[in-house]
Parts: sequence; structure tokens; C-alpha cells
Amino acid sequence: MRDSGPHESARGHVTGAALYTDDLLGRFPRLLHAWPVCAPHAHAALLRLDTDAALATPGVCTVLTGADVPGEGNTGANRHDEPMFPLEAMHHQQAVAWVLGETLEAAQRGAALVRAEYEELPPILTIEAAIAADSYLSGPHRMVRGDVSALERSALKFEGELRIGGQEHFYLETQCAIAWLDETGGVSVQCSTQHPAEAQEIAARVLNLPRSQVTVECLRMGGAFGGKEVQSNPWVAVAALGAWKTGRPVRVRLTRKLDMALTGKRHPYLIRYATGFAEDGRMEGLRATLYSDGGWSLDLSEPILWRSMFHCDNAYLLPNVELTGYVCRTHKTSQTAFRGFGGPQGMLAIEEILDQAARRLGMRPEAIRERNFYREGNSTHYGQPVKDASRIQRIWDELKASSSFEARREEIARWNADSPYRKRGIAMTPVKFGVSFTATFFNQAGALVLIFRDGSVQVNHGGTEMGQGLNTKVRRIAAETLGVPLEAIRLMPTNTGKVPNTAPTAASAGTDLNGAAVANACSELRERLREVAAALLDCAAVEVQFEQGRVSAPGKEPLPFGRVCEEAYRRRVSLSAEGYYRTPEIHYDPKTGRGRPFYYFAYGAAVSEVELESFTGDCRVRRVDLLEDVGDSLAEVIDRGQLEGGFVQGLGWLTIEELLWDSHGRLATAGASTYKLPSWSELPEVFKVSFLPRATEPGVIFGSKAVGEPPLMLAISAREAIREAIAAFGSGGPVHLDSPATPERIFFAIRAQQEQGGPA
Amino acid sequence: MKKVHVQLTLNGEPAEFLAEPRQTLLECLRDNLNLTGTKEGCGDGNCGSCSVLLDGQLVTSCLVLGVETDGLRVDTVEGIAKGSTLHPIQKAFIDNAALQCGICTPGFLMATKSLLEHNPNPTEPEIRLWLANNLCRCTGYDKIVRAVMIAAAEMQESAQ
Ligand code: FES
Ligand code: FES
Repeated sequence: MRDSGPHESARGHVTGAALYTDDLLGRFPRLLHAWPVCAPHAHAALLRLDTDAALATPGVCTVLTGADVPGEGNTGANRHDEPMFPLEAMHHQQAVAWVLGETLEAAQRGAALVRAEYEELPPILTIEAAIAADSYLSGPHRMVRGDVSALERSALKFEGELRIGGQEHFYLETQCAIAWLDETGGVSVQCSTQHPAEAQEIAARVLNLPRSQVTVECLRMGGAFGGKEVQSNPWVAVAALGAWKTGRPVRVRLTRKLDMALTGKRHPYLIRYATGFAEDGRMEGLRATLYSDGGWSLDLSEPILWRSMFHCDNAYLLPNVELTGYVCRTHKTSQTAFRGFGGPQGMLAIEEILDQAARRLGMRPEAIRERNFYREGNSTHYGQPVKDASRIQRIWDELKASSSFEARREEIARWNADSPYRKRGIAMTPVKFGVSFTATFFNQAGALVLIFRDGSVQVNHGGTEMGQGLNTKVRRIAAETLGVPLEAIRLMPTNTGKVPNTAPTAASAGTDLNGAAVANACSELRERLREVAAALLDCAAVEVQFEQGRVSAPGKEPLPFGRVCEEAYRRRVSLSAEGYYRTPEIHYDPKTGRGRPFYYFAYGAAVSEVELESFTGDCRVRRVDLLEDVGDSLAEVIDRGQLEGGFVQGLGWLTIEELLWDSHGRLATAGASTYKLPSWSELPEVFKVSFLPRATEPGVIFGSKAVGEPPLMLAISAREAIREAIAAFGSGGPVHLDSPATPERIFFAIRAQQEQGGPA
Repeated sequence: MKKVHVQLTLNGEPAEFLAEPRQTLLECLRDNLNLTGTKEGCGDGNCGSCSVLLDGQLVTSCLVLGVETDGLRVDTVEGIAKGSTLHPIQKAFIDNAALQCGICTPGFLMATKSLLEHNPNPTEPEIRLWLANNLCRCTGYDKIVRAVMIAAAEMQESAQ
């Protein structure tokens, strides 16, 4: 198999020539800049809005308010529950109006002069407060299997609670949209979005236009991670409305602080459970309630919650289980998709529970994990057969050996015995992650491939490039299917005018779906060209081969690909084709909580070793070993990047990234200076990444597997290693540790262990 | 506010622009000079994606005023390559896949350039320390360290 080459835009990235949305400003004469008027309360009724002083400010062009909206002033994707110009502010800093200025400063000055009067209302700021007030956006959702009362008869029974923090996406490129009235009277938008088709839908909704009048294009994104799946819509709506009202191009770009204050994040969760285990460590029953903090509007919280519930099993058989889920409504930003899409929270819960059980039973945590693995023939608690279940054990065994897990565990025990103030811990956790959108209808993709008479090719598809390497993989798929070199393929920006009605690029399914659609179009074109080539080469069609830009047949002089294309044109054979793909066999019924929501599972496992310091709670990640099943990798360097980057992002979520809201509902960590991202000091000192060999995934494009999300959850191994090290400060009993395991939480957990009675 | 005339040497060539005194160098580069390779990640000196060299010193251009650069040398990502020939640092970033979404890359390249000018043969800890002000949300950093080490080795070799 040939290589995919470096990242499709790599040269542009290193020369500064690769353009992101906000780099286009200079191309828009008479551009207006937008700035919001933000509510200073987490919950308040807007009584009055006076824009006179703002409008009198030099450089202010206009103020956008609800009165300007020709259509429906609501950007809520599903439930239409996100008013653009709310009369009730639902989170701190929510935008209630937008000022358009000749410069950004003018808009900012104008916004400061808009007089808004509010009546403060009591906010709900925590999950507990939402539960007490019965404040839910959705739920209860249920998934049940077997008879959960079995746990009452178990040898070990216990209850517990786990708090899981959210996470800021911190894509380095903040939200940005530019809209203008185009040459034909329609509205055009350039924006940073994972879902151009939905951006188009929302702009059309707000302007009361048919979608055919709105075109949305996304060149590339400077990171997204789920944060630009629906959260990019409001800014598109404002830019489009501004352009519609003024007839001038309008740019909405959030500064970092504004982005953090206004956009949704990974959902915080509260999980309460009761569980029962047999003496040998086998789980017998689990009853759990998952409360997610959805923020002020529904957003994607429902499918995210489902995915949490789907992944409460991670890689383990739950014979008797009863899961209940609620999305809490709080006065915070509307929490949203983030790499893993609820899966990480569900997995964290089961890993927590297994560790709690192990320490109560006096078992090793990795032994109790292994005891509960899915085996061939098992099904999940929602009724989907666990295909390739034996891969879990295979990955586990290979990684255990390659990371010298057992030897290091003993070595660490010896080291810890001589080290009173520093302790090390090592842990190993698996990941089984379901690939496909949980909303089944999203599992479709389209492509449009154009071949020109000289043999050069343009590929359009509905996926968006956010650094995950989708276009690099698609370029390889197109090149190999058409039999041309990589350089012959030009990937076009994602544009709703080329491929309509697309799904978001998310759920790790970008390549599976769009790659398959592109392959579909390219094979169609190759078959058309085959006939033409057979005539030119004077051979049978089956003998024609397409390779590296040469079209040949045994015993014949090969022809350049372009020569065959020119001939096809002359023979009036069409040189463009659409491609389409939908994932087969998947279905899910939320009412019964049963179905086959995933086309396949991606498997992996990780070993992490950490060292803690008891006076500060400081944590160093000494070594990490990852083993991931990526099928036949389409692009090894890219998959490696996704693995390493995903792991480090997960490590951030679980150890240092902490979102703090104060008692007024203000985000206290709204900036790069207060919200700690993984930096160089968190990078594991030794970082070994490998792929499972011999792992072709039949039925998926080129036998590959999705790799975007699963690695994030491999970082749970680091959290469990931290717990192991904390336990080493005490007698080894249960360790309570909410997430993220910040130095502060580690410090207090160590204290609690030491108070329980340290080792002799 | 009256605009100020600024003359400087930009990527080795004489250049000039009119700046409002409050404008940052980052804004002047992007908005006034249309050099959009330098990116804004945070706007307050914490992410390094706006890094440029000011008279050879690595600075975050969001914390420098445009007017301060009068008479100085400013080097940005656009000036690293010689025409269409990439610099060894650029090549190393491409070959070692030290980029994903690419938006942090210009900042990393400038920081690396400055590191290797100060210390042509850095150890891994020295690289980590020097690049500590540059954030990347995509790569997990490991491949960036590799790329820098390889670039350093390459440049040492061709210097001999
Ligand atoms: S934009 Fe200057 S350091 Fe982040
Ligand atoms: S490559 Fe995306 S932030 Fe570094």
C-alpha cells in the first residue's frame, strides 16, 4: 500500500499560506465588525434596551436586535430553544444584542454604550441545585438489562458518587464567521464550522430564505474537537443577519475570553451508583444515575447522554444493569459535543467503580478489569453484539508484555517502600469505543469528483478539515481509486453549494463516511474511463490498469491519464460524478434503549505511570504506552498524531483542566492565563505509541478504523495510576477522587489516605 | 486618533505602515500589512501562536505595540523560506508531522528558529523549556520535539 504523504496542507501551514476564516478579512472591502452586548448576570429578565448612545458613537454602523430578524430569531439546532436576542438572559455574558462597527474598537465602544436594564432572577449553578429544583432539559432516559436486584445478593455491595468536571475545547482558532451578500443576491458565509449544512440551515432560518439562497464554505479549522459542531451556528447567524441588514460584509470573531465565556464545553457530570460484585471480582449488578450539566439549552445533550450510557460498560460485561440519565438545565453556557461525545464520562464511571471494588476486595485493579472483559459472543447492555470482543484481551496481553507492566509494578512497589514523600503508581485501562453517529440519520455522506480534460482532479466532499487529517486520507483514497499520483488530486474547501445536506464532521466518522463517498464517485469515474481506455489501447476493458497516472494494459504502450480523459471528453463521456455512502446495518430506538447504534468498535489500551509528591500534590507522568486498533491505517503519521494528541487532551481533562464558575455563575477560568491547558510539562517523559498489527476492518474504507476520539479515553489510565499512587500513601483502601485530579485534589486525597493509616 | 508612520525591516525588506498607537504588532501585521501567517490564539501573551522575532528576539506580537517596531527588524513566518525553498525547520515539521490543524505552527516555527539561533544543539529538556510558552491543542507535542531535534541535527550537518 502506498503512503498518504504528509498532511495535505502541510506546506501552507509552515509557510503561513494556509488560510483560516479570519485570514480572509483583507478580501472584504467595507467590512463591518461585530461585538456583543453581554448580560452581566447568569439569569435575568431583560427589561429595556436603549441603543441611542451607541448609535451616536462615531464608527458605529448599527445595532442588531430582535426587531431586525426577518425570519425566526433562533439558532437552536434541534429544539429551537436558543433565541438570538433573548429577553431572558440564561447565562452570564449571554449576548442580548450585537453592535456593528467600522472597526472592532468602534463596535466595542458602541456595545459599552448600549444601556440594558435587567431584573436579576435566581440562577441554578450546580447539578445538585438542578436536581433539587427538578430543572431538567431532558430525561429520564433508561437502559436496562437483566435483573439489577441481583446486586442486593452480592458478596460485595457498595454505593458511591463521582463528580466529573467539564472541559474547554480551546481550539487555538476561536469561533469566526464572515457573511456577505454575493453577486447573485444570495447570502454567502465563510466560517469555521464542522457542520456547514447546519450553518446554512440556521442562516436561512434567521433570514427567512430558502436554503438554496445561502452558501456556506469552510476552508479549514484551527482545531474544533466538537466545539464547532453546533456552537459555530450563532456567530454565522449574527454575521448573516448583519450582512442582510446593512448590505455590507460582516465579521464575527470571538476573542479568546469571549469564546470561553459564550461557548459550550464538555458536560460536567454527577454519577450516583449502587453496585454488587462477587468475591472473585465479577460484577453482578449496577444501578447508576447519570446527571449531565447541560447548561441553558439542549444543544446535543441528548445524544451525548446516550453515548455516556452506551459507554458505561467500556470493555466489560454488565449482566444486570439499570442506567438512568438526565440532562440538567443550569444557567451556564450550553454544553456541547467534545471529542468522545459523552463516552469519556460513561467510561470514567465504570473504571471508577471497578477500582473501588478492587480495593475493597483486595484485588489488583488490572485483575478485576480483566475478569470482567467482554468475551466473544457477548452483547452490550443495549443489545449490540460485541464484534471482535477477543481483541480486548489480545490488546491487553500484548500491551502488558510490551510495557513490562508486571516487572514495573514490582519495581514501583520497591521504590515506594523507600520513598515516604513521593510515590509512584502504574495502571492499565482498556477502551472500547463505538463508532458511528448515535443519531442514525447523520451516518451518510456525499461527494462530487470532477476530472478535467488534462487529467487533473478536484475532490469535493461534505467533511471538514480541522487538523484531523481527513483531507490527507481522502486524497489518498481518491488517488488510489483513480490510479493517479497524490499531486493530481486537489481537495476543495467544504462548500454547501458542491455537496448538499451533509452531516457534521464528527463522531470520528469523517473518513469512514466521506472517504467512502469519495471512493464511490472515483470508482464510478474509473469504470467510465476504463471503457474509453480499452478502445484507445485496443484491449479488453478488464485488462486496463490505472496506476500512478498511467493507464496501461498487458503488452501495450501505457497512456497518460490525461490523454484518456481528453478522449473521454471527445467521446462525450461525463468526467464528473457524485458519490454517496450510508453506513449499513445501524439502528437505535431511544424509547426502548436498544439497537445496534455502532457500525463497529474501536479498541485500545494504555499503561500510565505517574509520580506524586505529597506536600504539593504535584504529579509527573513518567511513562505512557498506548496500543490502539486502527485497522489498516490510512495514514500512519496522522493516526499517530491523533493518538498522541487525543491522549494528551484526555490527560488535560482528567488532571489539570478545571472549569470553575463562581457563585454568580461567572466563569472564573475564562482565559488562557487561568485555564490550564496541557503544555510541555504535562507531556509524558516517555511516550510509546503503537498500532495493533493484523487488524483490517472489513466493510470500512480501505480496512481502516476511526481514530479521532478513542485515544482521549486512553488517558483514564493516567487517572487510575494517580489513584494507585495515592493509595500507596495509605493502607491501600478505597481512594475517593473526583475529576479532574488536580494537584489540589491529589493533595487532599493523599491526606485522607495518610489519615486512614499509612503503611508501617 | 492620529496614525503613526512606522518604518521597519520586515522579513529582510524595507516596509512601512500607518498604525494607531493602540494597535498591537499582531494587528498591524495581520490587518495593516495583510501578513496573516501570524495567528492570534489568546491575545494576552499566553499561547505563543503570534510569536515573531523583533530584532532577533522572540516576542509574542500581541504584547508589542506596532509603533514600537519603528526602525527595528521584524521577522515572521512568511520570511522563513527562501523563495520556494523551505527552511530545514519547515521541512522537519512537515516530515515529522509536527502539525495537525496547523494554526499553532507559525508560532512554533518562529520559536524554534530563535532557539536554534541561540543554541544550535539543544537537548530535549532545553527544547521543552524554550518552547514552553507555545501551546498546541492538537499534537500532544511529542512530534514537535522530534521535529526540532531533527531540524537541529540537519542544520548542524549542513553548517559543517
Ligand atoms: S496570541 Fe499572542 S500569545 Fe497568544
Ligand atoms: S496543530 Fe492544532 S493547535 Fe497545534
